[in-house]
Amino acid sequence: MKSFAIPGVALFGAFLFCIFAVNVFSRPPVTVIATGDPGTGMQLLYNPAGVAKALALNQVPPALPEINVGAPAGTVYKNVQVLKNVPSGAFTRLMVSMTAWVAPQQGCNYCHVAGNFASDAKYTKVVARRMLQLTIAANTTYADHTGPAGVTCYTCHRGANIPSQIWFTGVTPGSGPGLAETQMGKNLPAKAVNGSSLPSDPYTPFLLNNSPIRISGNTALPTGQNPASMKQTEWTYALMMTYAQGLGVSCEFCHNSRAFNNWQESTPQRVKAFYAEAMLRDLNSNYLVPLTGIFPAAQLGPSGDVAKIDCATCHQGVYKPLFGAHMAEKFAPLEGIGTTP
Amino acid sequence: MQYQNIFTQVQLRGPLHDGVPVARGPWEREGKPFFSYLLGILGNAQVGPVYLGTLGLLSLICGFVAIEIIGLNMWASVGWNPILFLRDLPWLALEPPSPAYGLHIPPLNQGGWWLMAGFFLTSAMILWFFRVRNRALELGLGTHTAWAWAAAIFLYLSLGFFRPILMGAWGEAPPFGIFPHLDWTVAFSIREGNLYYDPFHMLSIVFLYGSAVLFAMHAATILAVSRFGGDKEVEQTVDRGTAAERAAIFWRWTMGFNATMESIHRWAWWFAVLTPLTGGIGILLSGTVVDNWFLWALKHGVAPHYAALYGSITDPSTGAHK
Repeated sequence: MKSFAIPGVALFGAFLFCIFAVNVFSRPPVTVIATGDPGTGMQLLYNPAGVAKALALNQVPPALPEINVGAPAGTVYKNVQVLKNVPSGAFTRLMVSMTAWVAPQQGCNYCHVAGNFASDAKYTKVVARRMLQLTIAANTTYADHTGPAGVTCYTCHRGANIPSQIWFTGVTPGSGPGLAETQMGKNLPAKAVNGSSLPSDPYTPFLLNNSPIRISGNTALPTGQNPASMKQTEWTYALMMTYAQGLGVSCEFCHNSRAFNNWQESTPQRVKAFYAEAMLRDLNSNYLVPLTGIFPAAQLGPSGDVAKIDCATCHQGVYKPLFGAHMAEKFAPLEGIGTTP
Repeated sequence: MQYQNIFTQVQLRGPLHDGVPVARGPWEREGKPFFSYLLGILGNAQVGPVYLGTLGLLSLICGFVAIEIIGLNMWASVGWNPILFLRDLPWLALEPPSPAYGLHIPPLNQGGWWLMAGFFLTSAMILWFFRVRNRALELGLGTHTAWAWAAAIFLYLSLGFFRPILMGAWGEAPPFGIFPHLDWTVAFSIREGNLYYDPFHMLSIVFLYGSAVLFAMHAATILAVSRFGGDKEVEQTVDRGTAAERAAIFWRWTMGFNATMESIHRWAWWFAVLTPLTGGIGILLSGTVVDNWFLWALKHGVAPHYAALYGSITDPSTGAHK
């Protein structure tokens, strides 16, 4: 009789494994797209259910009919600074669109003082003006990253006052008080790095400050020219996890994992990502950080810093924001046409 | 069923015994021996007595101190919250010092605890080595077990002590933590340009997987011939009975060559011992002698070239690509 106990245990184990598998793994089918030579394992894996979900979340909202008539907005309205040379028709259309993109519930009064639209009394208007400049910079200075798809307010905001994917600076590693080793900036489950124990704030050193991201040697043998440490590598690794997570891809979207640092082994997407790094550093430090004093304290991070952007802010889990829809081209001022810097 | 079962089918229940007398020293074996059915289905049913000894006691104390240092720092890192400590335990770690400290002694909360934990853990393992060696000698055995343990200590020290010294910073060492040391391992491979192209890492994998294959082949062979008395492996080294002959013929039929009752154990021991030895050498060479294993492998014809599917992708920071 005793020998029947083992199949019982095995069945129970199999049952537990099934519960685990159903909850943890995505179910078939999986669509595999090879992006590299056979044998390199460079594959993009898509699950139809996941793709359908992402498609539903990343639809472009309908655009208002284009209007390009009217006297320059600066001559018609008061206190127009960035858009003063934009035809007033296009200006009004953009304002209405911005309302739908950023404050559909609150309407114009989210930024404007009712009855005195020229007033800068509301902080949201000051922020919105700077964000217009940010959008224009992303579409012009950093066209090498944003490309013909471009970005609009909607790319990040998606109908919400505050974009859902933002980041704040975390603890300074090793800043813990007392005798015990605490606040190392890693070794806790962190959302930024897909729940892993990697450094939880790889944004600040690389996407705000300009710490070197590259850690691998460029020569087979040591030359003494590459001082990158293991700790630095962990921070770079964490940054790469945020890229992958933000774009809903794996390492192989940009890299051949046999030689992560080797450009010849990489895909063209890696070059695009490289341009994004300079863009994010510029937009974070020159557009967002100067607004720190403008925002109410409740919207600042734990250390009193302003909300900042990374890949996920625009991409929202998709390899191209809004699946690469050319949204910005329908809004000429956002591409810098007729605007003053 | 008897031959396929994972559990021990024969539990010997003779009179409980302490074993041979302890020849020297003030220590005696501790604890009253007893039989356990549950442990008997995995191993021998008699549990105890255990010989603690000076080395064993010191080793346990050092190990306890190390675990305390690691555990209390982990607990402090979740604000002494017991629930968070249990929930996040796999993520928590005691982190080595920042590379800025080089090989100097940092403040306690900046990696000093890590150095101390490492010291006590290393002491515990080395004391345990001498304990295992002495117990073996006391029973008139060879010291194979102790040296196998020493091989594991070598890999541990290569990662956490020798290589950091060669690289000039304690910060090069792995953290004490479950997930964090695994993340560190991946980061190590990324930093050193892919450890899979490190030939000593390759050897280590060969010996590791080879150990598993040898273990499976040997265990399967002995279980299969135990109905002919094949479990008397040591006697059959010099006095082959039908079990040893059948096992030998089975492997010669299957693959033309067979181990002997002696050689299989030499193979198994060396495969096991060479796993950490070659692995440790692979670690010690990384960053010190070779800085990018992929480029090293390209240079020496180890890594294949693949067709450039996307034309020439070049580093945009050099300005060559637009």
